[in-house]
Amino acid sequence: MNPLLVPFEYAFMQRAFVAAIAVGLLCSVMGTYVVLRKLSFIGDGIAHASFAGIVIAYIRGLDYYVGAAIVAVLTALGIGFVHRRGNISLDTTIGVLFTGAFALGVFLMSRLKNYAVDLQSFLFGDILSVSSKDLLFIGILSLLIALTVVVLFRGLLYTTFDPVVAQASGLHVETIEYVLLVMLALTIIVALQSVGIILVAALLVTPAAAAYQLTKRFTPMMVLAVVLGIASTVGGLYLSYFLRSSSGATIVLLATMLFFSAIGVKHLKSFRSA
Amino acid sequence: MNAQAGDAVKVVNLVVRYDRTLALEGVTLDVHFGEAMGIVGPNGSGKSTLLKSIAGLLTPASGAITVLGAPPKKIPAGSLAYVPQIEAADWSFPATVWDVVAMGRFPRLHFWQHFGEQDRSAVEAALRAVNMYNLRARHIGELSGGQQQRVFVARAIAQRPQLLLLDEPTTGVDAETEEALRRVVRSLVDDGMPVLMTTHDLDRVDEWFDRLLVLDRRVLAIGKPDEVAESGAYASIREHTHTHGHARSA
Repeated sequence: MNPLLVPFEYAFMQRAFVAAIAVGLLCSVMGTYVVLRKLSFIGDGIAHASFAGIVIAYIRGLDYYVGAAIVAVLTALGIGFVHRRGNISLDTTIGVLFTGAFALGVFLMSRLKNYAVDLQSFLFGDILSVSSKDLLFIGILSLLIALTVVVLFRGLLYTTFDPVVAQASGLHVETIEYVLLVMLALTIIVALQSVGIILVAALLVTPAAAAYQLTKRFTPMMVLAVVLGIASTVGGLYLSYFLRSSSGATIVLLATMLFFSAIGVKHLKSFRSA
Repeated sequence: MNAQAGDAVKVVNLVVRYDRTLALEGVTLDVHFGEAMGIVGPNGSGKSTLLKSIAGLLTPASGAITVLGAPPKKIPAGSLAYVPQIEAADWSFPATVWDVVAMGRFPRLHFWQHFGEQDRSAVEAALRAVNMYNLRARHIGELSGGQQQRVFVARAIAQRPQLLLLDEPTTGVDAETEEALRRVVRSLVDDGMPVLMTTHDLDRVDEWFDRLLVLDRRVLAIGKPDEVAESGAYASIREHTHTHGHARSA
């Protein structure tokens, strides 16, 4: 047996690799919009807020991810609504909402007499614990999000580049924005189990930001982001097996290295052409 | 496109507020098919606000706007094209000249429809009309201000709208771009397109426009360019704009 193929022997590792591919794909596709619309803070905010949903679901005896998804979607819509209708700036809104929701989660959890929830695994993720049922959930959400991106591709692109002109020409900019926020919330929930609340924003931002350095057009940027994203999640998971390190942290570190490599390549290119 | 019956735009007693500031108070105007109307006025006179209201981007405090026979937010997708000031755009966005002009076709396409031959030829014709076809593969961040302006106008033309709104397309552009834009606008107008455009440049209004509207939160004058000039309605604006223009070219 080739020692390099050992990680693929175990069923739990196989499930983890499937999850890693799905998470890398989804986060990079959504990350392209996140980077170009400058929404990275929103991703972080939704992830933290979803913690309250996890704790409430635990108390009520519901599935953690259903609780997290409901709170994440409500937070995303709330952020969009306050931003559109309110006179408060977006970063202030998110700063208040997400820390508040996160604090609520910690508060509720601290009042529980004896809790079996592993806080650590929610903060930093545990992709090795992905079950077959989780994979089904990830698969359905991935399909839903991929389908929505295909259907709304042109609308999402136009409203990302120039929402004002898109609206004047008759596109439903507000609806598209809310759909994007809901997709973002669901993507974060899918990624939560793999990399955890603290690191999920990195997976949304870093591969797309790296791709942004190297491309001049939107579709190539998205495709390259997906390649870099899947390379990070699958590669990070693989490396973590041999390094005996946290899979979530290894994934994010690999993505960060790819980002700096992309900046290096970009400078090399401009140096050569100059 | 032939001239259609009725007015392309009809605005009656329009009042627009930003919080407590009154941006437009009681503006009434109409734009016919096949005419270019220029809007002039000092900075802060509400020129852009008027265009945005007609484009359905702002909700008026009171008054009525009819665009192509319907309220601005009820007209079919793709029928109105709005060209904003170029400063408003993100020029570092990953897109080439072609990509941006192609977006003009998006309001006309349902998601199941391919970006087809008809769309490509509309984009190509629009790029050629503003002399940008040779630069179609260039990234938008590598363009001069005049070229960026022409890209925005090309995107609007590629949309094949029934009404064109332009917000100061000649501000800060070179003489060649201004002449290219004027020729494009005049040829669209000759084909029956109604055009509404704000401008700072009062020197060639008679070559650009069939009618001129002088705005300073209210309508100060409206009519043929020479009539408006004779009325003296924009004497103070002309003074103001000239200093402004020199400051910019320096």
